[in-house]
Amino acid sequence: MDVIKVGMADLAVCKAPQKLMTAGLGSCVGVCIYDPRTKVGGLAHIMLPNSDQVKVVHNKAKYADTGIELLLEKMQELGAIKNRMQAKIAGGAQMFGNSTMMRIGERNTEEVIKILQTLKIPVLANETGGNFGRTIIFNPDNGELYIKTINHGEKVV
Amino acid sequence: MDFQNLNTLQRDVLKEIGNIGSGNAATALSTMLNRKINMGVPNVSILPFPQVIEILGGPETLVAGSYLQVEGEAPMSILFVLPEESINLFLGILIGERELEGKGLDELSASAIKEVTNILAGSYLTALSVLTNMDFSQSVPSLAYDMVGAILGNVLQLYGEISDYALIIDTMFIEEDKKVQGHLFLLPEPGSLETLFEQLGVVS
Repeated sequence: MDVIKVGMADLAVCKAPQKLMTAGLGSCVGVCIYDPRTKVGGLAHIMLPNSDQVKVVHNKAKYADTGIELLLEKMQELGAIKNRMQAKIAGGAQMFGNSTMMRIGERNTEEVIKILQTLKIPVLANETGGNFGRTIIFNPDNGELYIKTINHGEKVV
Repeated sequence: MDFQNLNTLQRDVLKEIGNIGSGNAATALSTMLNRKINMGVPNVSILPFPQVIEILGGPETLVAGSYLQVEGEAPMSILFVLPEESINLFLGILIGERELEGKGLDELSASAIKEVTNILAGSYLTALSVLTNMDFSQSVPSLAYDMVGAILGNVLQLYGEISDYALIIDTMFIEEDKKVQGHLFLLPEPGSLETLFEQLGVVS
């Protein structure tokens, strides 16, 4: 089976039967979007909530705002239609439980949901939070999102 | 300034600090355990993060990662990573062999790894402090036992738009015939490298 790997702060789009996967999501958020009619899917491995503070954005896929925008553009190039799009998200954990680190995972998730709401893209599954890493595989053929963890089992949503 | 753009002299200085630091750490560990522990620095490298993750076995590889923040004139983060296969041996040297279960690290094992991170960070920072005349203070370490991609990603996020490169000091702990390797990551905040090099007299 043809699976496209998406690295950290990267994104990719595909058409079924191709699948998309990203491994080792911690506080990053994996944003999976697909158009059930054309079976065009996209996955962005978002690292940071927004690019407001950044003077020059070198890598749009790194930020929720620019990343989701770019993901949609690329999906539309493959024939996806925006008002049919549906989303599933995973990640946004806090890997170092009790630390004083900024709650980036939560902020990433909040920002991603806010952006998807603004775009009127429904979020069908939200597998975010906790303090563990996730690997995800997204299948744009049926919209299934497979989630694998080390100590918290695996599931399909 | 970025790790990517260091000159040979600057790289050598960082390696030397790694050597001095590991000497200090070996002394501290030996004192704590009341046994002779040797340490070596087989390699110091500067690599982009994606490559670091590949070297450690790919993003899903299970590791223990212990993280702390350093404040002062040259703020930075320090992350100590122990690959899964090293954890047992490492704990064997420190607190005796443990039965590690899939569910995670028990409290004593977690404390031992965090304490060693404290000692390592303290040793490198002391070396830096002596050479630069600057003060550093380190936070209490936090530990994660999970996929290396998830752990490194979380640490990298604290930098945002900064360097995607890390300085990695491979750290070998040696007790008699036992050898365990860990990796210490040094991640300076923006401006910190310049400040350090200025104090060390190796400005490019």
